[in-house]
Amino acid sequence: MAGIRMQGIVKTFGKTTAIKEISLEVKDGEFLVLLGPSGCGKTTLLRCIAGLETVDAGRIFIGDRDVTDLPPRHRNIAMVFQSYAVFPHMTVRSNIGFGLRMKRVPKPQLERRVQEGAALLALEPFLDRYPAQLSGGQRQRVAVARALVMDAPVLLMDEPLSNLDALLRLQARADLKRLHREVKRTTVYVTHDQVEAMSMGDRIAVMREGVIEQCEPPMQLYTNPASQFVGGFIGSPPMNFLRGRTKAGAFEGEGFSLPMDGSRVEDGRELLLGIRAEQIRFGERGVPARVQVVEPLGATALVTVLVGKVPVKVDAPVNTTVRPDQNVSLAFEPADIRWMDATTGAALAH
Amino acid sequence: MTAVAAARSPRMNARTWDRVLIYGSAILLALWVLVPFYLIFLSAFSRPNDVFTYPKPLLPTDLSTETMQTFLNSTGVFASVINSIAVAVLTIVISLAFGAPAGYALARFTFRGRQAVQLVILASKMFPVAILSIPLAVAFLRLGLYDNVLGIALVHSAMALPFVVLVTAGVFAGVSNELEEAAMTLGCSRLTAFLRVALPLALPGLAAAAIFTFVISWNEVFASSILTLRQRTLPALVLFALQQSPLYFKFAGGFFMVMPAIVFIFFMRRYLLNLWGGR
Amino acid sequence: MWARTEEILPYALLLPSLVFLALLILIPMVQALLLAIQADSGEFTTAYLQRMAVDVNFNDAWRNTLLLIVLIVPLQIVLALAMALLVNSRFKGHQWFLYVYAIPLAISDLAAGILWLAVFTERGYLNTAAQGLGIVDQAKVYLSFENFGGLVAAIVIAESWRATAIVMVILVAGLQLIPRDFFEAADLFGANRLRRTLYVVLPLLRPSLQSALIIRTIFAFQTFAVVLALAGRNMPVIAAEAYSWYANNRDAHLAASYALLLLGLTIVFTFVYLRVLGLREAEVKR
Repeated sequence: MAGIRMQGIVKTFGKTTAIKEISLEVKDGEFLVLLGPSGCGKTTLLRCIAGLETVDAGRIFIGDRDVTDLPPRHRNIAMVFQSYAVFPHMTVRSNIGFGLRMKRVPKPQLERRVQEGAALLALEPFLDRYPAQLSGGQRQRVAVARALVMDAPVLLMDEPLSNLDALLRLQARADLKRLHREVKRTTVYVTHDQVEAMSMGDRIAVMREGVIEQCEPPMQLYTNPASQFVGGFIGSPPMNFLRGRTKAGAFEGEGFSLPMDGSRVEDGRELLLGIRAEQIRFGERGVPARVQVVEPLGATALVTVLVGKVPVKVDAPVNTTVRPDQNVSLAFEPADIRWMDATTGAALAH
Repeated sequence: MTAVAAARSPRMNARTWDRVLIYGSAILLALWVLVPFYLIFLSAFSRPNDVFTYPKPLLPTDLSTETMQTFLNSTGVFASVINSIAVAVLTIVISLAFGAPAGYALARFTFRGRQAVQLVILASKMFPVAILSIPLAVAFLRLGLYDNVLGIALVHSAMALPFVVLVTAGVFAGVSNELEEAAMTLGCSRLTAFLRVALPLALPGLAAAAIFTFVISWNEVFASSILTLRQRTLPALVLFALQQSPLYFKFAGGFFMVMPAIVFIFFMRRYLLNLWGGR
Repeated sequence: MWARTEEILPYALLLPSLVFLALLILIPMVQALLLAIQADSGEFTTAYLQRMAVDVNFNDAWRNTLLLIVLIVPLQIVLALAMALLVNSRFKGHQWFLYVYAIPLAISDLAAGILWLAVFTERGYLNTAAQGLGIVDQAKVYLSFENFGGLVAAIVIAESWRATAIVMVILVAGLQLIPRDFFEAADLFGANRLRRTLYVVLPLLRPSLQSALIIRTIFAFQTFAVVLALAGRNMPVIAAEAYSWYANNRDAHLAASYALLLLGLTIVFTFVYLRVLGLREAEVKR
């Protein structure tokens, strides 16, 4: 078994820098998710680990081995691709056994491991079919089985669920999670879907423009986002932000003023007040706002209110009495507020 | 109901007219292309003396293989057909060996100078290669490649190479790069990944490129005529004999040159648009 | 190691092709120039070019070549456009018509000349048909040096028949790059087929039309076997002169002079096209 260590990875494509000096460690057996919007460099980073891209600077270690200058086949990794990359000219059986054949695994052992892999992903009935005769979900499972039978200590997955329809994706997500618990491979999983990331990752590395903004366990990320970007990217609805300025120990926003324990922050600083939708209550006193839309979602109702001109999402009980155009006050605990610097977006230490 | 029917019928009529117009002109243009083939077929499958009959029969009532037999038994014809095939096969081997790797590089990699290379390939596709036959004839005389099957094949390869590069680039672009990358993560080197995954999937496209190369070589007249004296290809022989030979010989030769082309175009019809159009 | 091989690989794959093209195109091109302006003794001379200029066939050759281009190329563009638009209307069976229209792509100009010789020769199919329909009362001679118009017409028809296919393929490929939405949008706004073609399709097809025009013109300069097949030596053209000076007279210098003339005209025409049509690099690339 082996962890992954990246030191100062830089990757450029022509004039654009895809990855700006990333250092990251993935522990042995950990499920790490690389999360970010498209173009943030998450897939590039994964491909650098796989050896499908060569890095411009930095070193990559898998276990204790420096693999930076090794081709993919010598890195002891297995990978699941976004398009699945199931070989169309081979049967499911040959697809799953392909890697083992390349490694010249003896035939009886090869057949046994293909059977095991197929069993793990419920593919036994399809072993002699060609990929064209399979559904998208089945092809995805072939790709996973093909990677798993390699018994490589590191498993890399590049948005393996993004081509499945919503219902199938839920099922496949649960399957992958179960598989990881069973086989305990060090896994790096790339996705742009924050729900997927939250539900699967031991830790999530949120990437943006070639930089890792924050890398922590999901709930930590959710409750203590390191930046406005992370708060806005994680969670549905995203974290609300209100802009304002500190003045005499208080935070003054558009049409409201909140007391702060002003000892921490100097006067006249531009700040963002970050607050999660479920931590806002409609109260007697607080930030004045005007209700714009009420959307009942079943278990709760999502209420959009305007503070000045800024829309704020509030998670309210489904039987809430607020109506559009009603004036309300938003109340929340000071402890739930996350303060960010308005210019850099970085969270203030608390 | 009647009102609806009445309102619809002129539109249906216009529709019908539209179709008549489209199919009518399509068929007319098809006849323009096909009729000369039919006529050369009639001419080639007649008796040598039939070239003097007039008016000509327009129906295939009196076919004979006599003309074709006389043609095929004429001095040099059989040897020239063999030469033509040898040159074409050599051309396929050379231009694919050189061109397919280049096509693969253009399809798979982004690298500095890629655009420039593409432009060079496109420009050489349009370059009047036949013109180069004269200096090449002089050079080949010195190199011992004059009047030599390999010499002609080299020139034909230069003509075919840009096409082969562009077609194979299209073919390889059609084979997802992720397949090869997957093979590389599964223990293949670049080469074995190519051989085991990309090549089998690209084979039909490569075959089409080979066929088109064959057609280019089989048809080429100018360079073959300039570069040969005795080792003539079929077109070179027919061209050389143009002044002296009787009509029936020309017709049989024309038919013989045309036939493989029709068959080969059929086999590569899916890739037609890659040759001249497209990326 | 891995990183370095990865970086070098595309160049390594391209190098053989580029070297090959340089050896068989670039070097011979320079040699053609030298053959035309350098005597066997190594001295530079304009003697060969002068001899070409006073050659009996010289004036006829370049005039005929240009005449054929002026007649053939526009005809081909129109014919090919008709074929391409028809095929692109995607009627049932249009793939088969595309195949049929493309067949001449695989025909040499020599074979095309011979095919049409069967039509135009005195006891040929044209006279048979014309007399059968009562248009002429006796077989006419189309292909003789006394009937220049007949020779030109026969060559123009044979070349249009053969090389329209290339233009058609370029145009069909170009039409396929136009999103179907454009056609549907035009239909929605009530444009009929003619207006749609004029105002929507043709402007969008401009890049393909331009490259077809350039490619065809360049190739038309090389017309020679079709001329030899139909007109023999009665109608000199530049490429045929180059061929004949080498194949019949074994004079590489004069042959190279004609080849150089061909190359020069080709380059001038391409340049003028690019200038007049205002082609940008991006459009040539297609």
